[in-house]
Amino acid sequence: MNYDKEGLIRRLAVPLKGLVQRFTFLSLVLAAFGLMLLGKADTLMEQRLRTVAADVIAPVLGVLSQPVDFIDGVLGQLRELAALRSENERLRQEVERLSAWHSVARQLEAENNSLHELLNLNPTPRHGFISARVIADGGGPFVRSVLLNVGTGDGVAKGQPAVNGDGLVGRVTESGRRSARLLLVTDLNSRIPVVIESTRLHAILAGDNSNQPQLVFLPDEGKVPVGARVVTSGFGNALPPGLPIGVIVSVRGRTARLRTFVKWNRLEYVRLIDFSGKDEPSDAGGAERAAP
Amino acid sequence: MNETMLQRLDRYARSLVPFSMTVVLVLLTMVPMPIPSYALIVPMLSMISVYYWVIHRPGLLPPAAVFVIGLIQDLLSGAPLGVYPVVLLLVYGVAYSQRRFFFAKSFLIVWWGFLLISFVAVLVNWALHSLLLGALISSPAAVFQFLVTVALYPPVSWVLRRLQQVVPRPAEILVANVPGP
Repeated sequence: MNYDKEGLIRRLAVPLKGLVQRFTFLSLVLAAFGLMLLGKADTLMEQRLRTVAADVIAPVLGVLSQPVDFIDGVLGQLRELAALRSENERLRQEVERLSAWHSVARQLEAENNSLHELLNLNPTPRHGFISARVIADGGGPFVRSVLLNVGTGDGVAKGQPAVNGDGLVGRVTESGRRSARLLLVTDLNSRIPVVIESTRLHAILAGDNSNQPQLVFLPDEGKVPVGARVVTSGFGNALPPGLPIGVIVSVRGRTARLRTFVKWNRLEYVRLIDFSGKDEPSDAGGAERAAP
Repeated sequence: MNETMLQRLDRYARSLVPFSMTVVLVLLTMVPMPIPSYALIVPMLSMISVYYWVIHRPGLLPPAAVFVIGLIQDLLSGAPLGVYPVVLLLVYGVAYSQRRFFFAKSFLIVWWGFLLISFVAVLVNWALHSLLLGALISSPAAVFQFLVTVALYPPVSWVLRRLQQVVPRPAEILVANVPGP
């Protein structure tokens, strides 16, 4: 009797357990799809979730990325040691070349200043910088963004552009208290107004998750020269004008591909450009462009 | 009494190893490496871990834990929310339903199984990203990511096998193998 009862319970319990397990599994899958919809519908909540998670994990990631940086630094120093002589020679030549450029630049700056005064032009506001370390970079093939170890506590705000010694890296899309997410210019969602330096043709730089972003919406007139430098145009006043991005390597129809100055596998430190009083120059810029 | 309490705590701590190890692997994939294009082909270590534990100790990594791991990965990597939970739950579901097949099979067969399942998972990952970003992403890097992940299965699973000796052997596996009355 007792044995029968136990057997019955066992016979019922096993399939029941299976059912419950299947139910939990399915509801979790549904919950994940629900999250996708929610993320699409309520981006603010999604961003808040992300910044909270990033803030919590940032110190851990900061520590984890330390040894990699250290080993990379040691290896880099060893390599430099080997190439010290030739590097020294190269630098000596470069200094000679650049000192000539330096005097040219000084002259041009003076000339530029006097012309600005003549025209009574609004001066471009000076910007502050925030230095940041890249602590996470694991987006995979579909997302190109990195986490930085600075946040609103350090003066970081959404929309600030990030540069390193080579050129424009990306823009801040989310900022937590002590971490910030940087959308790289190569991401599929990145759109940046740019200008080709030599021909002054305006275009939009659109990422496509590859290491070589595309120039789109090139105007019909004018030839697009391969090898020309591309810099930010400053249109829309989302970015300061003149930040270097890359050179054109190939042209196909009305689109072109860029090789960026930034080397994406060596992204350790970036500088965020802090424009304070962002709204005023926007008006001034509009007036400047509208003026004949 | 005191000792059994400690023992119980110890068992709980050790049964958390599969979950915490997978979270550590997620964090490791986030660390920037000075390798060309590394960020594009960063291996999906969490997928390896989920597959491994589902086959060897299914009781210790419940679907809810897999969901949480996927969510952490989405939040940190910047992927659209919900994508990685789906991908990892898919790996979990397929591996769980086939775990009797993999039971006591040679390493090569388990590895082959991982290749097949992760291939489907990578496809689903690509499809979901394309859907959510509203564009068909052509990404040769995804193929390399898949290959790197499959190639890393042997070393990562070797490390996980070492860890498995710490993990308590759950009674339910013993029960499941006893033929019913």
